[in-house]
Parts: sequence; structure tokens; C-alpha cells
Amino acid sequence: MTTTRTKIEQMSAEVVDSNPYSRLMALKRMGIVENYEDIRKYTVAIVGVGGVGSVTAEMLTRCGIGKLILFDYDKVELANMNRLFFQPDQCGLSKVEAARITLQNINPDVVIEVHNFNITLVDNFDVFLNRIKEGSLTNGPVDLVLSCVDNFEARMTINMACNQLSQTWFESGVSENAVSGHIQLIIPGESACFACAPPLIVASSIDEKTLKKDGVCAASLPTTMGVVAGFLVQNTLKKLLKFGEVSWYLGYSALTDFFPKMKLKPNPTCDDSYCIQRQREFNAKPKEDISAPEQAKVKEVVHEDNEWGISLVDESVDTEESRTHVQLTEGVTLAYSLPAATSIVEDVPSGEVDESEQSLEDLARQLKSM
Amino acid sequence: MTRFKPSNIMDESSKKTLSSIPLLKTKAGPRDKDLWPKRLKEEYVSLIEYVKNNKAADNDWFRLESNKEGTKWFGSCWYFYNQLKYEFQIEFDIPITFPTTSPELALPELDGKTAKMYRGGKICLSDHFKPLWARNVPKFGIAHAMALGLGPWLAVEIPSLVDSGIIKYQEKSES
Repeated sequence: MTTTRTKIEQMSAEVVDSNPYSRLMALKRMGIVENYEDIRKYTVAIVGVGGVGSVTAEMLTRCGIGKLILFDYDKVELANMNRLFFQPDQCGLSKVEAARITLQNINPDVVIEVHNFNITLVDNFDVFLNRIKEGSLTNGPVDLVLSCVDNFEARMTINMACNQLSQTWFESGVSENAVSGHIQLIIPGESACFACAPPLIVASSIDEKTLKKDGVCAASLPTTMGVVAGFLVQNTLKKLLKFGEVSWYLGYSALTDFFPKMKLKPNPTCDDSYCIQRQREFNAKPKEDISAPEQAKVKEVVHEDNEWGISLVDESVDTEESRTHVQLTEGVTLAYSLPAATSIVEDVPSGEVDESEQSLEDLARQLKSM
Repeated sequence: MTRFKPSNIMDESSKKTLSSIPLLKTKAGPRDKDLWPKRLKEEYVSLIEYVKNNKAADNDWFRLESNKEGTKWFGSCWYFYNQLKYEFQIEFDIPITFPTTSPELALPELDGKTAKMYRGGKICLSDHFKPLWARNVPKFGIAHAMALGLGPWLAVEIPSLVDSGIIKYQEKSES
């Protein structure tokens, strides 16, 4: 016998077996979240519905998020079955369509919008921009964009869009060897954008020389992806519902169970002109108006009797003392170094192209007929 | 995220290959309505020069053309192994973030035949390619992606695909 659940108008805190929200609303009674039902007002865009994105979407759906907008151009394949969420009988369906069916069945209260296209292509980028700008339940900007993509090009595309729209987003990723990952909160102008520095790598304590890449592009584990999706949604909930402390950058090294944390400042010479513009706006703001994600109120928990003398020790370390934007915490390195903006290319021995007198059409024809 | 090695990203043979490709000057992608035609012109000139030099060096190995806007590219590339010519369709799009990110070159006929490929037949590039590209924005263009990305990929993958019997030589009618 199959049970399908009908839509629920109002989130109830009533503790009965038939209420899918009772354990979530209990967060209010316990004083963790003040306003849990506000989650229904929020819209989150998830870009990439693979190993991380699909699990992220499921968690947010079960949490009762207001609306999800999913972007992915890929199809479900048997090769995806080492990861969570998708089922073998969904092979051949587009990932966004398969996800829509499953998610809608889990929680029909969530509004789900899907886009089956590649955001990095010229023809699709304007639609992508528009859905971030006008995709919310009230046709305004979405509340958060979550990047769950698996490649540099797509991350740079999301970065470009979010810098232009001044849209807060989380970047996330799992390394190609499947044993490290990260999440990163990016508020254009306030924190480093994804283009401010070369990609970051969490030290995995593997000797690069012993890492064999022959014959394969990428490995993946459901565990690492689940951990990263968990971090991503946990911080999404904290950011949206304003509880606890939101991490700027949180890394994960699976081999050593090491979790580096830090905040990255924007690069004043960032290549992205919208990032520079956002930095200028941020710097012009009076500083007390800035809502730092860390400023969330944490009520001090006082226990009436504490006969064992137990107290909580703050173990967080301030990593913000650095002046330079590429000051990294221990265990995180840059994927590569870049020459300073003013330096000449030292790598390449050839000359520059000559200004051509020929028209674009003539050149196109010449290339074609070679 | 891809793992990169920070140093030794340019060996002597790559340097030699690169010396025959003119560098580009204009940092503009397909979104930059005013500057894109200028960049596209530079791409054409650079590619024409590279193909000319390849022919002169008896190392002609690809043809490319684009749509009118210069955003979609297609053509063919070939590789000689044991005196036999193996030829493949090539296609790629200019991404919205070009030239900050390189185009993702694809050989759709080989999709699913090698693990050194992402979905859609996009070739899996070496650890060296992306850092090298990033260090040379906006000077690298399509010709550089071909020379440093696809060229070395074919040289490793085609012999291995042929030796393992995954691809077979096909007599092509001369056109």
C-alpha cells in the first residue's frame, strides 16, 4: 500500500505521528531556532543536481523549504549509483526531472522549478540570471544560491552571475580523489569571490607523486558527498533562519578527519569587475550596518544545577588577523599560483597576434577553407 | 575540485609548440558585445597562423570553423598511429566566462569509450592545463587549447584506444 501525503497549509508543532513537521518545529520549543516556520518563505537555487546537489535538495525538501530551483543538464546513469538519492529505475531521465518527481513525492508543500540546461552556455546564461533575480516565491531574488557543480567553468559562471546580481551564495565541492571537500559562503564585496584567488585545496595528506590519475578523471564516495551536503544544508539553515554561527569557509579532509576553517577577504585586484564594484559598495557602507553572519545571537545555556562542573570551551580560532587576501589557514593551499596582474607572461615564448585588416567574415572563410 | 601541481607547468616541447601560436590581446567574452568581435578576429588570426605553421611543419592535425557569432565551434582532428589515420569530429562552445576559463573541447564519437572523458565527450585535461591557462589569461585562445589540451590528449589516448581494440581503423572515402 502506498501512502501519499497531501499539502499542508500551515506548519504545525503538534506532536502526532501524522505531522511531518513536528520534529522540526520542536527546534523552536527547544530554543534552537526562533522562527522555524519562516523556512516556507525562502527560495534556494541549487546549481548541479549530482552527488552533492541532489542530497542537498532532499534535505531542504524534508526541512520544508518554500521553493527550490534546480539547474542541471545531465541525465541519471548507472554510474551515479555509488552516490545517494537517485534510483536505478530513473536512468535515462534528466536529473532535474527525476529529482522533481522524488522531491515532490516526499514533500508536496515545496514549490519546485527545474531547468534542464547548461548554465555556462551563452544561450542559457540570461535565463539563469533571470531566475536568480526573479525566481523567489514573490518573484524577487532567491534567498541563496547553492553551487553543487563539479567543474571550474560552472563555478566561475555562478560566481559571475552572483557578483553581477550581488547575490549571496555558497560554493561547495568534493575533490576528484573523493577524500576532501569544502563549503564556502560568498557575499559579493564582503568576502573573497570565487575568482579572487585560485581554487583552494584541502590538504589530504596524500603524496601527490603517489596519486594515480591514469585512466580516470574522477573518483567519488557517497560518504564524502553526504558530509559536504550536510555541511552545506546545515549552514544554509543557519543563514536563512538566523541561528548559530555560519562558516565562511569550512574544509573537510576525510583521511585525517580534519576540518580547517577561515574567512577569506576579497582581492582588491580581482579579475571580475563586478566583484570590484561590490567591494567598493561594501567599503562605503557604515560598518555597524553590516550583518556579519557570525553575529547571530546565541543564548547562553544555563543549567540550574551543574554538580559536575561541566562548561563549554570556545575552541574557535580567529583567522582574520591577516592583511593579505590569500592568507590561508593551516591545511588549505591554493591550487596554483598566479602572476601579479602587472607582470609579463614568463611562460610563453611567442609573439602577439597582428591587427588584421581583414573582416571577420573573410577570416572565418579563410579558416574554414584551409 | 581538480588537483593541480603548482610548478613545472611548462616543459620544453610545450614551449616549442606554443612558440608557433600568436598570443591574443583582447580580454573579452561573448557577453562583451563591443569587444567580442575584436577578440574573435584575434582567435581567427591565431588559429589560421597555427594551422599554417602546422602544415609547414608537416604536422597538420585539425580543422575548425565556427558559427557566425563565434560561440559554437566544430570541425575535425586526426591522429596517425601505425601509419593509419584516425579522424574524429570535434565540437565545443565558448563558455560565458571565456577567456577566463578555457573552452571544454569534446570528441562526441568517443563518449563512453574512455575514462579520460567527462559526459558528452569532453576531454579530461592534464593537471597542468588549467593552471597554465589561468596564468595566461587573456593571452591564450582556442589555438592554445587545441595545442596544449587536445594535442597531448590524442597522443596518449588514441594509441591506447587502438591497442585495446576499442576503436578500429575505418577506411575513409576521400572527399
